[in-house]
Amino acid sequence: MTMESSIANPDMTEHGPHHDHKPSGFMARWVLTTNHKDIGSLYLLFSFAMFLTGGAMAMVIRAELFQPGLQLIEPNFFNQMTTVHGLIMVFGAVMPAFVGLANWMLPVMIGAPDMALPRMNNWSFWILPFAFTMMLMSLFMEGGGPNFGWTFYAPLSTKYSPDSTAVFVFAVHLMGISSIMGAINVIVTIVNLRAPGMTMMKLPLFVWTWLITAFLLIAVMPVLAGAVTMVLTDKYFGTSFFDAAGGGDPVMFQHIFWFFGHPEVYIMILPSFGIISAIVPAFSRKPLFGYASMVYATASIAGLSFLVWAHHMFTTGMPVAAELFFMYCTMLISVPTGVKVFNWVATMWRGSLTFEVPMLFAIAFIVLFTIGGFSGLMLAITPVDFQYHDTYFVVAHFHYVLVSGAIFSIMAASYYWLPKWTGVMFDEGLAKLHFWCSLISVNVLFFPMHFLGLAGMPRRIPDYALQFANVNAIVSIGGFAFGLSQLIFLVVVIKCMRGKGEKAPDKPWEGAEGLEWEMPSPAPYHTHLTPPEIK
Amino acid sequence: MAQTDKYYVPAQSVWPIVGAIGLFLIGYGAATWISSDNAQASWIFFAGCVVIIFMLFGWFGNVITESMSGLYSAQMDRSFRQGMSWFIFSEIMFFLAFFGALFYARMIAIPWLGGAGNNVMTHEVLWPTFQAHWPLISTPGGTSTTAMPWTGLPLINTVILLISSITLHWAHVSLEKGQRGPLTIGLGFTVLLGIIFLGLQVQEYIHAYQDMGLTLSSGVYGNTFFLLTGFHGLHVTLGTIILFVLFCRILKGHFTPAQHFGFQAGSWYWHFVDVVWLCLFVFVYIL
Repeated sequence: MTMESSIANPDMTEHGPHHDHKPSGFMARWVLTTNHKDIGSLYLLFSFAMFLTGGAMAMVIRAELFQPGLQLIEPNFFNQMTTVHGLIMVFGAVMPAFVGLANWMLPVMIGAPDMALPRMNNWSFWILPFAFTMMLMSLFMEGGGPNFGWTFYAPLSTKYSPDSTAVFVFAVHLMGISSIMGAINVIVTIVNLRAPGMTMMKLPLFVWTWLITAFLLIAVMPVLAGAVTMVLTDKYFGTSFFDAAGGGDPVMFQHIFWFFGHPEVYIMILPSFGIISAIVPAFSRKPLFGYASMVYATASIAGLSFLVWAHHMFTTGMPVAAELFFMYCTMLISVPTGVKVFNWVATMWRGSLTFEVPMLFAIAFIVLFTIGGFSGLMLAITPVDFQYHDTYFVVAHFHYVLVSGAIFSIMAASYYWLPKWTGVMFDEGLAKLHFWCSLISVNVLFFPMHFLGLAGMPRRIPDYALQFANVNAIVSIGGFAFGLSQLIFLVVVIKCMRGKGEKAPDKPWEGAEGLEWEMPSPAPYHTHLTPPEIK
Repeated sequence: MAQTDKYYVPAQSVWPIVGAIGLFLIGYGAATWISSDNAQASWIFFAGCVVIIFMLFGWFGNVITESMSGLYSAQMDRSFRQGMSWFIFSEIMFFLAFFGALFYARMIAIPWLGGAGNNVMTHEVLWPTFQAHWPLISTPGGTSTTAMPWTGLPLINTVILLISSITLHWAHVSLEKGQRGPLTIGLGFTVLLGIIFLGLQVQEYIHAYQDMGLTLSSGVYGNTFFLLTGFHGLHVTLGTIILFVLFCRILKGHFTPAQHFGFQAGSWYWHFVDVVWLCLFVFVYIL
């Protein structure tokens, strides 16, 4: 620092390597922070809290569906549960968890001192608790909270929605603002703050996948903002974007929504690909097979994601030519995705594998995500989608890719990097128990849903025909077991956070590679203040 | 004005949490104000606006102080530039959603309601007397309105915005050459043109509501017209405020030919708003 600057800013902390102190006091440390690691931790903890909240709602849903007939809750409340469960899991659990991982790991991985715009980074985070407070508050307002499904199709959200819909709209606006600012920060950090010698094709894949994810976020979150704005004006200001009587079209809502929504589902899986691409080589003790093809595959998936949105709408009325176009584009996505799965398997091929907990979750991810991918291919076929549409088959499909896909990868990442974050090894016995309980229960929970869907059970319904009773009971038992299993994870994380456990070495995983393993555990408060040389 | 080589990582800052609280008040206030007849909720909204303005003053104040004392390296400058570019990209995507709605309604929804393609039965069963046309003067539901012609005020506004882009560019070039006189004049003119544009837009809205029967609720033509021009108008308002703040900073002697990211960002934003208007003029007014 120059003399002038220290005079101009006498209160600024000197950022030298020998000044590694954390700010004291709760406010200064957590609320006013500009430190990417603290903000990363905040994101991760918030996301875990939301995961448990959304999970509690899933428990309510499964309890109601345990037996046929209306058991515990009113249908309107059931609809609110499915809606808010979806919104919380998508915007409150999965996305913030990935942003938290990005905050913690990207600067460390690319040799940057922090995120590019640290204050904006903190703003991105602190918007979220307010946004979700708003959304949860709406559940207690007169007429109840959002009950139109997380996709808020018009006219459910415009004509038949509760009074609190405006609260939902502005909550989504806040989440969007937060996501866009977070994504801008990620892109700028990766493009501008790489250490000398860290060329693009040397970036860890987690960084690459996040770069592409951030691009998707900036491209589609504003479209979501446009969609909720039109819902708001249709409901409260007399417009008729989604009303045919005024020359609009409810199907137009679906086009706009899914133009956001389909890239959004890749936003929730591309960072997972990056995580798995870090963990599989580490525990196979081999470099990743086909690094460049992984980068190109990720970019192709992102590009294609803008051309497939209407496969969510095969039954809502489109010219046949459009249906075919969207069907073929969708099936094309299986090519780059197949490249990825092939590369992971090829990385493991003849590696010297060990099965620590991160690797267990990673392997489970590869198998279960692939199942979710295959059911996605089935849904992509227009004529058969006429049967599957809006049944439990769809619910099974997207929970395989999101729970045993995205969530499992977040678990894998957490176990992989927890020693680096907290400085202690996690309780391996409990972690393995968590893994096996999760693995078994997630399949008991979601696999039978395929059969329910094929047999014709519709989704988003609080009651069902008697022939679905047995399978639903099994599914609910799987659901409760999965929910309880996550409490084991909570215990593991709390133990690590309190420093209970064996001291972690700098590099706890023998085959791991990357800058994050060349620093002490826990990672110092400030890292890479002088950029490392990458050879 | 020495520059440091190190990337500047700011210390703790109170502004992000103030901004988060401000946004919450704006969002919650607006939502309750809109969804209930409770006029008191509007105060929450306005309180939020005050908090956000307070935050902007404080936050930008910090950034300006840091910049003026030479804490920012060339790398930091690149971060700001890239960040601003991506922000403008997100704005483009926001407008694209509304342009998408316009194109869909016009090219697909309305022709289908009129029986195009294989939608003969839709037409026969729903609104058999409906004629597909654009601008949608009379909706299937029976609301009628008149279309806004592109001649007159819209054409004048187009010319105003085009001239404002030129004066702003002139100011920018002058700044790069270190000529403060033309810089101040050029920027001052741009702000003035922005204000005139907004005044004329208000005139146009009053004319539409009072004389033409064209309102926000007169079918999808009025919807797209008012949402597109309205959001554009909000952006012009914001852009004018940004340029006015830059004008005040220039009077205080800020910015050098080499270092003027703030000016650059404001200028990019203004040109972006100008391009959006050109698209609006073509697709909303002329075609």
